[in-house]
Amino acid sequence: MSMNIFGAEATEEKAENARLSSFVGALALGDLVKSTLGPKGMNKILQSASTGEINVTNDGATILKAIQLDNAAAKILVNISKVQDDEVGDGTTSVCVLAAELLRGAEKLIAQRIHPQTIIEGYRIASAAALTALEKSAVDNSADPVKFRQDLVNIARTTLSSKVLSQDKDYFSNLAVDAVLRLKGSTDLDHIQVIKKVGGKLTDSYLDEGFVLDKSIGVDSPKRLENAKILIANTSMDTDKIKIFGARVKVDSTGKLAELERAEREKMKAKVEAIAAHGINVFVNRQLIYNYPESLLAEKGILTIEHADFEGVERLSLVTGGEIASTFDRPDLVKLGHCDLIEEIIIGEDKLIKFSGVAAGEACTVVLRGSTHQMVDEAERSLHDALSVLSQTVKETRVTLGGGCAEMLMSCAVDNEAKRVLGKKAIAVEAFSHALRQLPTILADNAGYDSSDLVSRLRAAHYDGRSDAGLDMNQGTIGSMRKLGITESYKLKRQVVLSASEAAEMILRVDDILRATPRKREAV
Amino acid sequence: MAEHQALYATDEYGRPFIILREQGRKVRTHGVEAIKQHILAARTVANIIRTSLGPRGLDKILISPDGEITVTNDGATILSQMEVEHQIARLLVQLSKSQDDEIGDGTTGVVVLAGALLEQSEALLDRGIHPIRIADGFDRACKVAVEHLDKISDTIEFSTTNTENLFKTAMTSLGSKIVSKEHEKFARIAVEAVMTVADLDRKDVSFDLIKVDGKVGGSLADTTLFKGVLIDKDMSHPQMPHTVRDAHLAILTCPFEPPRPKTKHKLDITSVEEYKKLQEYEKEKFTDMIKRVKDTGANLVICQWGFDDEANHLLMQNELPAVRWVGGPEIELIAIATHGRIVPRFEDLTTAKLGRAGLVRELTFGTTRDKMLVIEECANTKTVTVFVRGSNKMIVDEAKRALHDSICAVRNLIKDNRVVYGGGAADISSSIAVAKAADEIPSIEQYAMRAFASALDSIPLALAENSGLSPIETLTEVKSRQVNEGRSTLGIDCLGKGNLDMREQFVYDPLISKRQQYLLATQLVRAVLKIDDVIIAGQAED
Repeated sequence: MSMNIFGAEATEEKAENARLSSFVGALALGDLVKSTLGPKGMNKILQSASTGEINVTNDGATILKAIQLDNAAAKILVNISKVQDDEVGDGTTSVCVLAAELLRGAEKLIAQRIHPQTIIEGYRIASAAALTALEKSAVDNSADPVKFRQDLVNIARTTLSSKVLSQDKDYFSNLAVDAVLRLKGSTDLDHIQVIKKVGGKLTDSYLDEGFVLDKSIGVDSPKRLENAKILIANTSMDTDKIKIFGARVKVDSTGKLAELERAEREKMKAKVEAIAAHGINVFVNRQLIYNYPESLLAEKGILTIEHADFEGVERLSLVTGGEIASTFDRPDLVKLGHCDLIEEIIIGEDKLIKFSGVAAGEACTVVLRGSTHQMVDEAERSLHDALSVLSQTVKETRVTLGGGCAEMLMSCAVDNEAKRVLGKKAIAVEAFSHALRQLPTILADNAGYDSSDLVSRLRAAHYDGRSDAGLDMNQGTIGSMRKLGITESYKLKRQVVLSASEAAEMILRVDDILRATPRKREAV
Repeated sequence: MAEHQALYATDEYGRPFIILREQGRKVRTHGVEAIKQHILAARTVANIIRTSLGPRGLDKILISPDGEITVTNDGATILSQMEVEHQIARLLVQLSKSQDDEIGDGTTGVVVLAGALLEQSEALLDRGIHPIRIADGFDRACKVAVEHLDKISDTIEFSTTNTENLFKTAMTSLGSKIVSKEHEKFARIAVEAVMTVADLDRKDVSFDLIKVDGKVGGSLADTTLFKGVLIDKDMSHPQMPHTVRDAHLAILTCPFEPPRPKTKHKLDITSVEEYKKLQEYEKEKFTDMIKRVKDTGANLVICQWGFDDEANHLLMQNELPAVRWVGGPEIELIAIATHGRIVPRFEDLTTAKLGRAGLVRELTFGTTRDKMLVIEECANTKTVTVFVRGSNKMIVDEAKRALHDSICAVRNLIKDNRVVYGGGAADISSSIAVAKAADEIPSIEQYAMRAFASALDSIPLALAENSGLSPIETLTEVKSRQVNEGRSTLGIDCLGKGNLDMREQFVYDPLISKRQQYLLATQLVRAVLKIDDVIIAGQAED
């Protein structure tokens, strides 16, 4: 009773088929990443088809970004994990797994002929209950700096424990906390520069108390300078073209050309004079510095650094307190940067510039070392996750407990709520609580423990009133997460539950997939 | 294949006149067969979006040619994004679009109604009634229905302080969307947005003043309404202040660069003096520009174009925070909001032309560098920006669409504050009225009118079906109660609240939206019924 009204190759999947296709896609994706969850999660190798480059990672968002998908529901999951990455930085695997588990629960309910909208209603009730429970359990220690720092270190430890840095998590969590606290509340992680250098071992990494710029000092300049006054600039130091539109040089004799050239040089010289008039001994430019001005500056005893890219300049201005200047006529108005010592240092084989004893210090540098490229890359991702979570925690200071504790807490709250719900919705609420319980189950499974036993004991512990009980992944028992110091950011957990339930709802509501004709592409 | 042959007649000598030349793949259908095919196509379209109707309706995933995903419940969006080739199906796409443009809401309903009307006319065609007679009957029935809508409509009261009724309408419009998770919040936002910009005396709402912007992150609950303008830009220099209080905005559409005449020109430097002069001129130009801006008392520059590095630094040195590359529509919005004038040349800048805003601040998000600029406490309080958040791109897009629909619904009420009741109540009531009127008609059109009445039933039927109720039983019950109790407010209880009275459940639909649905659907059906021949020109064979 219908006819084809679509263009050639456009397809439509209806009702059951559409649901089947989205469930299959989402579940497959969930199963794919779930083995990376938790401290005992495994890594994945991603190999690029075109370049053959290899990437070893445990980070959900990185894995999901690398997969080429053709399934609509799976794409939604990838999107939430990306958003989780942008918003909180960690929990990218959890959000995907939870959404997949919610859909797994919904699939069973739909098989029992429960209307998707009824399931959604149930899920809404459940997620509200879960979030209230989570909020109640959250602790805010921001008033007490010592305790708060301990919280931050614990969060960093928890985040890092599932990553490649887990052997040295104590070292790195302190490093990450120090780095974040130096930002003084800013969440702009660009201010933390991570320099990766292959060689050495992971624990050779360090947070530099100064600032390291991955550039080299100009040729004629001294390699070490004390008590530096720095001018940070963004100006062209090549020829300083005239910017008036359409201007061009037209001369009729070589003599005039030479004169003009001299004028040009003079202009540059004047500019250099103007720069020198700031009373500086270091000049850092975002753009190139040509040899001529470089030599002029060197003559004046000014150390030059060229080609510091945009972030470099911005960070440097944050660290040293100087402003980024582009005009040099008013030396009195330009704020200069200061630092005690600039020197060229060598990490591995590369020369870098180190600024120590900086004035403002709202940015910092972490130097990561490791035995292989993959190792360093993964360490960077892990560190980035930890830093993001920490910077968000500095903003939203409440914390909850990890190790499956928060999930179990929410699951119990949802279960209690389910008893009060009338009608079919109650079944969906129960399904939600079941999905929440899957997270500790997967954690235990990944560690090779008897998950059914552990999780049921964990649940019993929570009903027993031990609301800080969680999985002790090292012992394979139930333990107090508070004592073990396994802490997670409240914002992270909240975002996981919110995103996962929103995504699950979105996928559940679909009963029709209409696919347009794929655009034809020329084979590359 | 007969259709592939040329159509010809012969003259008295037996020589053929070619009437229609044979063409490679010409397709022709005509007569009743053509109409029936059209009806089938239209019904296929209607069936696809039928399941999206009502508060329990479901969504569709649409995959674009590039693999981009849209998840939506909005009839107009579904239809415009699915790749429809069939001619008649395309007409339906147009239909929902015109409902969208005119009313902004009820785009699914109109297509379902048109589909049902066509379905009914198929049966009439089988009985041998001429298509035009059917169309005439539908027109008469539509007139009756629209008159009846006027009769059963209620006027609702609202004022700037009491917006409860508007809020209820927004709730109805949002009920079917994914944002019903934050149902009240979105409804409040829609009402507040409209009430802020509405001109109640002229009964007009200028949509230009409502900007809906979205960004992934957070959840739907984090959606907020700013009384002001939000732009996706940040200050041009990282060290400029991130907040400006009591801002005087210079809104410029000229770049901070030396002027360039529009005509093509060349400037030849032939001597050192000229070179130096030019150099001076350039420098002067920059200082002059900044000075002009500074002299007007501006403390924030909004510019449509880019800045030269030097200008940028000068701005910062002169404590003039600036925003560059602000898009055309946004700059207009800022100008409206701050009562500023858009100034195309530095020479024209005066204090009077500056815009005013109480607070301009930067917002930062998450772990990325994203920054946005909010201009609040503007001189003109009649600009609002709704900032939608959500956990993924699709949900943000869908929330924006839903918000647009509900804003339209509220706007419609401000234009005309009569409402009818939703949940199919108005449709059932009209159906009864049309069926009654039909009996008084002496001609064949009687049949068509009855058919119209049953087509009207299709909306409550679809609602009941989508809500998991037994459709026919529910409809008959409601219908009989409407007739027996004389209450036109009874409808389908989609949400299982145990109350059939839509007035008590506060399910409002603007009258003009419903009326437009009837009129548009009837018009379209007439157009489809009048077509009896489709000739698709054959493409030249490759």
